[in-house]
Amino acid sequence: MSSLSLARATLLKDLRMEWRSKDAINSMLFFSLLVVVIFSFAFNPTAEESRLIVGGLIWVAFLFAAVVALNQTWARELRNQVLDAYRVSPAPANALFVAKVLGNFLFVVVLEALMAPLFVVFYQLRSVGPVWQLVIIALLGTWALVVNGTFFAALSIRTRNREIMLPLILFPISIPALLAMVDSTTAVLTGESSPDFWMKLLVVYDVIFTAVCLLLFESVLNAE
Amino acid sequence: MPLDGNIQPEAVISVESPAIQAAIVLQDLVKFFGRFAALRGISEYFVPARLYVVVGDNGAGKSTLLRVIAGLTQPSQGWVRLLGAKNAGAVAHRIGYMGHASLLYDELNGMENLRYFAGLYGIPDDAVCRDAMRKVGLDADLERRVGQYSQGMRQRLSLARAVLHDPDLILLDEPFSNVDARSARDMAAVLGRVRDQGKTIFVVTHQAALMEQVADEFVQMSAGKIVSRTGPKQVSASVAVDAGGAL
Repeated sequence: MSSLSLARATLLKDLRMEWRSKDAINSMLFFSLLVVVIFSFAFNPTAEESRLIVGGLIWVAFLFAAVVALNQTWARELRNQVLDAYRVSPAPANALFVAKVLGNFLFVVVLEALMAPLFVVFYQLRSVGPVWQLVIIALLGTWALVVNGTFFAALSIRTRNREIMLPLILFPISIPALLAMVDSTTAVLTGESSPDFWMKLLVVYDVIFTAVCLLLFESVLNAE
Repeated sequence: MPLDGNIQPEAVISVESPAIQAAIVLQDLVKFFGRFAALRGISEYFVPARLYVVVGDNGAGKSTLLRVIAGLTQPSQGWVRLLGAKNAGAVAHRIGYMGHASLLYDELNGMENLRYFAGLYGIPDDAVCRDAMRKVGLDADLERRVGQYSQGMRQRLSLARAVLHDPDLILLDEPFSNVDARSARDMAAVLGRVRDQGKTIFVVTHQAALMEQVADEFVQMSAGKIVSRTGPKQVSASVAVDAGGAL
């Protein structure tokens, strides 16, 4: 079986398990909903103010929601030590990593699709710049979060306080990507500046970290 | 068989050496967990097509030894050679491992679990999974998720997962725990038949009496060392006493 087929089989297995348990998606939805509602009531912003602050709010909601999914992704493999079954098999480590990244990417993208209309309603949001740019920023930003997050979640699975460890490791290394996500989103929403530089930065960040994570994942998987 | 100390890998795998035939060669194996030495310098070899039963008290190092052989834990010192290869990864497709935990997904049913693990070994055929379930006495059409299985059913499914790809070397950690006496005897008989097909089997268990009829050799461990290797008849009396409570 090729790496691609293995990644596909692992992805389908994860989606089936998530569909049955709904461990990750429920927590993600609940958390994001809280952020949308609480900040909306707290700030009660006008449409103009919303365009300035929502770039940050959106990514705070998605970042913390993504951490929930990222912790769940490896928790499933630790229950009953199932990861050992993968480690003793001849299956390549990267197939597992790619499947996990794609799974988390899907979960977060679905969450974003569900939450975007709520942001529009609660914050009276109208984008000045083209909406298709927001879609690209969302995809690039989400990939940056999940590729690093999946890798560092794997790195922290053998630590005692792994749910605390993940944000501690992930957030500092994601600062360039977070900066690019927030600034490019705000740039498109307000239409006051071009998001091109930040979008290019996101592309470079994604390429570099995807390559590095793929290179190092096997060592992380087999670390003690 | 014990090896002489300080033998280099190249020396062990010389044509003259009996270890050339070995399924497993262990040389000066030491494993530390912090300051605790779980394995303390084990040098042994194990020939193919035999069923070895590893016995010993809790904390003797049995499970650690099995994990080191499977390549799941790296030794602090020394080396392992499996089926002629220097690392377990190179012969992973020829090794079957059943851990102390079930190594199964609770959210999936039996067939879904086996189908996924079969895919890891490049087996696309559903018939292989069905056959593996049948051999351990489970119904392949059972829709119930593994999380709702009894402990005994999990153990049997776990065994099916370990032997799914027809491995040459089978490593089993406590395969009979929480399995009723009759099922355990059936499982032991299955292992005997698998050994007769030329497979090497390494079973860590506290229920050694179950293996009395099928084992070729009992390997006694104590305090991180292999202290004796004896035929089943030789340990018959002591094993019966040891396992009496467990059975």
